Amino acid sequence: MRVDAYLIPAVDGVAYGLLLAIAAAGLTVAFGAGGVLNLAHGTLIAAGGYVAAATSSGTWPSLAAAVALAAGVGAAGGGVLAAATAALQGRGHLDQALLTFGVALVGADLLTAAYGSDTLRPRLPEVLEATVRIAGHRYPVDRLAVLGVAVAVVAAGYVVLHRTRAGRLIRATVDDRAMVAGIGVNPRLVDAAVLVAAGALAGLAGALTTPILGVGPHTADTALLLSLIIVVCGGLGSVPGALTAALAVGVVQTVGVTSFPALAPYLLIGAMAVVLLARRTSLPTGASA
Amino acid sequence: MSGSRHHISATVVRALARRAQPWSALGLAAAVVGAVAVSPDPYLHATAARMLPLAVLAVSVAVVTGHAGLPTLGQVAPYAAGAYATARLALAGTDLALLHLLAAAGAGAVTAGALGALLVRYRATVFLMLSLAVAELTAITAAQWRTVSGGTDGLAGIPAPRLLPGLPPLLADRTVLLYTAAVAIAATAAAITLLDGDRRTLLAAVRANEARASASGHQVTAYLWTAHTGAGALAGIGGALLIHTHRWITPADVGFTTAALALLAVVIGGATSLPGAAAATVAVLAVRDVVGASLPGHAPLLLGALFVTAVYLLPGGLTALSARLASLPIHRRRPTLHTPEGPARPVTRSIP
Repeated sequence: MRVDAYLIPAVDGVAYGLLLAIAAAGLTVAFGAGGVLNLAHGTLIAAGGYVAAATSSGTWPSLAAAVALAAGVGAAGGGVLAAATAALQGRGHLDQALLTFGVALVGADLLTAAYGSDTLRPRLPEVLEATVRIAGHRYPVDRLAVLGVAVAVVAAGYVVLHRTRAGRLIRATVDDRAMVAGIGVNPRLVDAAVLVAAGALAGLAGALTTPILGVGPHTADTALLLSLIIVVCGGLGSVPGALTAALAVGVVQTVGVTSFPALAPYLLIGAMAVVLLARRTSLPTGASA
Repeated sequence: MSGSRHHISATVVRALARRAQPWSALGLAAAVVGAVAVSPDPYLHATAARMLPLAVLAVSVAVVTGHAGLPTLGQVAPYAAGAYATARLALAGTDLALLHLLAAAGAGAVTAGALGALLVRYRATVFLMLSLAVAELTAITAAQWRTVSGGTDGLAGIPAPRLLPGLPPLLADRTVLLYTAAVAIAATAAAITLLDGDRRTLLAAVRANEARASASGHQVTAYLWTAHTGAGALAGIGGALLIHTHRWITPADVGFTTAALALLAVVIGGATSLPGAAAATVAVLAVRDVVGASLPGHAPLLLGALFVTAVYLLPGGLTALSARLASLPIHRRRPTLHTPEGPARPVTRSIP
């Protein structure tokens, strides 16, 4: 098989991986900073996707509005989760799992009731519906656009996390909550802000994924599972780890599935299990589960 | 002196009450099953019987999660092993229920033992995520291994079991309910018995302070592996009951949803309470399958509302509910010291 036969799946994999990185970054920081195991994260991603699909009507202003609305809906959902989980301080991750899984079930049911059980895709401006040639292969413009936006969002996220006071506070809360409290910042406010930001990222990821994958009743479960795999493989609370793991997952999902179709169903879960088994000390194990 | 004796007797009574709690819960479960069985409604019998396999799985999860302190979604693997072993035996013409149960318990124990050898070195979140991988791989394997599982179509038309050779197969809904309930209660009682005494204390010590337990010479990993493997046998029995009550199986029956329901039922029941886990499973399935029937297509909504409500109204789960009710002002009585002159008046203590 010629090398360039892998080119298109590889580009697809990188684009998909960057989208997954946006989705998983919020989940990993929420876990690392506030210790919140948020099983409703996939539902926020699906909500962003549905809002984007319903809002974008084929014009640039409607597309911009769709992306903004999706992020806003995700942020609002993150705010609700912040308020809901605040009452469970000190009760362990299993209680959080029970609460957020319940919220996820309620949210998924309401989304299906509102948008139906079909898979939806947004109408994009005509320019984005075309194809271009890359190394002799035709490639959809909307995927390239999503790839560009994903790179921009990841870069902006890096700058916010590493070059702003808010970002430093979040990273400090991941490392040492007591120290953050010692400098006069309430770590619970940081937790709430992180959950809101994580929700916004989830909504945004949902909007960006929709043109490629569509959004339907299974979107929430799939997005949650992939995000959890990325968070665990990348290390809980680590954004660079999540980015690396997301790119690996994206490539495994595309190149791996093309190259090893017989093993396709096992690739991701098997890879996660191998990473966890081989790297037992890199993840925090003292948290009460 | 008299007060001290009173205090000791109260402590003994409380300890006895604590030890009697699981047994009284099992007695209550038997009474409820009896009440359901005398009802003339076969649909009710069938519905109740179909809840019990998952209840046994939840008991198994409670052993691993509550007693061993390892939050798990992976007990669905030995559950699947037990179910497919039973299904294959039945389809091959072996229809004795006892043989099914033994084979399923063995398959479950072997599966959990093999997985436990890999998993019990890990703790908390890492264990939970590895067990998530186990749950996913179980469903994937069930869908892929067509020669055993029938693929995504599953296995159907599985013959009903017999209690003894020559007896008619267990087909009547009431009989199936009574049989399933007897096995579920016996399995839970066996788990309670095996977890009593020193074994319970050792697992509690490992949960509370693993480093100290290990430093005291205890084989922590061996204890956890034994609990994991024993719980696997229990899950395998749950799998056998799944086949005996449903008589078909698909990969969806042994997937993540089943694993999540069992784990969340354990949280609602109270992590270390085996009857609590079973009772919560029945409550969760009653909401999903019975109440949900009146709102077609919205069972997830009801289930989600139940989970959210349970988190806020039942901190510590169903097991903690009795303690919370006992602490209500209506039940609270001031302790009275008996003196030779009669009951002493309460005194206000001052801080020196």
